[in-house]
Amino acid sequence: MTPLLSIRGVKSFYGNIMALKGVDLEVNDGEIVTLIGANGAGKSTLMMTIFGNPRAREGSITFEGRDITDVPSHEIAKLHIAQAPEGRRIFARMTVLENLQMGATVSDPANFEADLKRVCTFFPLLEKRLHQRGGTLSGGEQQMLAIGRALMSRPRLLLLDEPSLGLAPLIAKHIFRTIRELNERERLTVFLVEQNAFHALKLAHRGYVIVNGEITLSGSGKELLNRPEVRAAYLEGGRH
Amino acid sequence: MEYFVQQLINGIALGSIYGLIAIGYTMVYGIIGMINFAHGDVFMVGAFIALIAFLALVAIGVTAIPIALFLVLLIAMGLTALYGWTVERFAYRPLRGSFRLAPLISAIGMSIILQNFVQIVQGARVKPLPPLIEGGYTLIESEAFAVRLSNVQILVVMVTLLLMLAFSWLVAKTRLGRDMRACEQDLKMASLVGVDIDRTISLTFVIGAALASVAGIMYLLYYGVADFFIGFVAGVKAFTAAVLGGIGSLPGAMLGGLLIGLIETMWSAYFSIEYKDVAAFSILIVVLIFLPTGILGRPEVEKV
Repeated sequence: MTPLLSIRGVKSFYGNIMALKGVDLEVNDGEIVTLIGANGAGKSTLMMTIFGNPRAREGSITFEGRDITDVPSHEIAKLHIAQAPEGRRIFARMTVLENLQMGATVSDPANFEADLKRVCTFFPLLEKRLHQRGGTLSGGEQQMLAIGRALMSRPRLLLLDEPSLGLAPLIAKHIFRTIRELNERERLTVFLVEQNAFHALKLAHRGYVIVNGEITLSGSGKELLNRPEVRAAYLEGGRH
Repeated sequence: MEYFVQQLINGIALGSIYGLIAIGYTMVYGIIGMINFAHGDVFMVGAFIALIAFLALVAIGVTAIPIALFLVLLIAMGLTALYGWTVERFAYRPLRGSFRLAPLISAIGMSIILQNFVQIVQGARVKPLPPLIEGGYTLIESEAFAVRLSNVQILVVMVTLLLMLAFSWLVAKTRLGRDMRACEQDLKMASLVGVDIDRTISLTFVIGAALASVAGIMYLLYYGVADFFIGFVAGVKAFTAAVLGGIGSLPGAMLGGLLIGLIETMWSAYFSIEYKDVAAFSILIVVLIFLPTGILGRPEVEKV
């Protein structure tokens, strides 16, 4: 089976600093794959490199067998890859509804009502806030909106960048549960970047560990959870 | 009193023209954070295209003024929009992602190019247009003074009002407007959801230029003359209007335009006409000292 997303030897730079030093990674259809690593290891850079911003200077990224290494960001979105990026990046001066409309940019307008309903069943809180400005939402609500916005495009692949960052544990839990539901019920493929390694590895089918722009370990979620080096670096003391 | 009302009318008509130009500054600033210094010259180009179109239409025998005016509006908006698109495509887009000052310098260069181009092609002399719309109404008549509202003034204000309403509707309600607002708030995120940001930026320049060309026509009808330098003065005034109202804010641009028009007119009427620009810019300085983001601008919030 060819993987849905395949990253081969990708090198990515910020100015002259090499942020990714030849990353290999695969995401198969229907999987939840997680990438864990410390701050500044290159997790978010990889997320953005998939979207061509910054562009990979070496290596290749293929999606559904098509090389997307040099495709512009908005064209990548049209392939139904959606991202809830680092820092959520809600359009703060737009209403929740408008944010969701923006998320539906690449999808058929005829699907809008149905997709809106679907997002609201996953995140009922958003339904009550539809006409409120995005910037007035709480952190947890903003994260739900960021994921909801990504779901509006009916993604084939959902990229989530630290969805639990800065959230109360209970809300983070709700978000992880929703991701699992989406995956189990709709076979949604998810690529999840997390600092919260414990939750991420429990949720994911497979995981990768990134250190200083290089993948150092990979395996099933369970395997990684039990690896002593993972435990030492990312779990002990960080577990709650 | 009558004198004041008269100045009020004059100021509103002039302010409308500034407001239309100011929209172009404020929209471009909102989206790419750059002051398009060539915008005033795009306005001037719009006025010249209108002038040539009027003369051409008269030459081929279109003399019914409403029809001629409508055709001129279409021609000038279309061709000026093309100028706006070209300026963005060749002078600014290649510099996107470069250091912040680069497009600014390029904009000043573009402004000089447009001015000199028109000066060479059209000559440096002031070009007159015979008054097309005459007449008006006398609103108040007293033995000392009669308050006149001319048809040109009515036209200027009506067209401006209509365009501003249409443009506000476009920004608030249409898909393109939503994309523009998304780009204005977070360019990168807009591209992640699938907005073609290059296209959206191009369209912003195109719309800004089309509005400036209408301002050019209004200027031409109002003053009856155009020369290659009108873009500089009007551009600086409209830019001031945009800053005064709060750069990046659409209602701010309209309000700022009106205020600058009124300040200038009132100062000329009651103090000295030579210092009208000084008055407008002084008020700008005072406002910026106490309200650095302008009247309707919002404070820049540091993004986390």
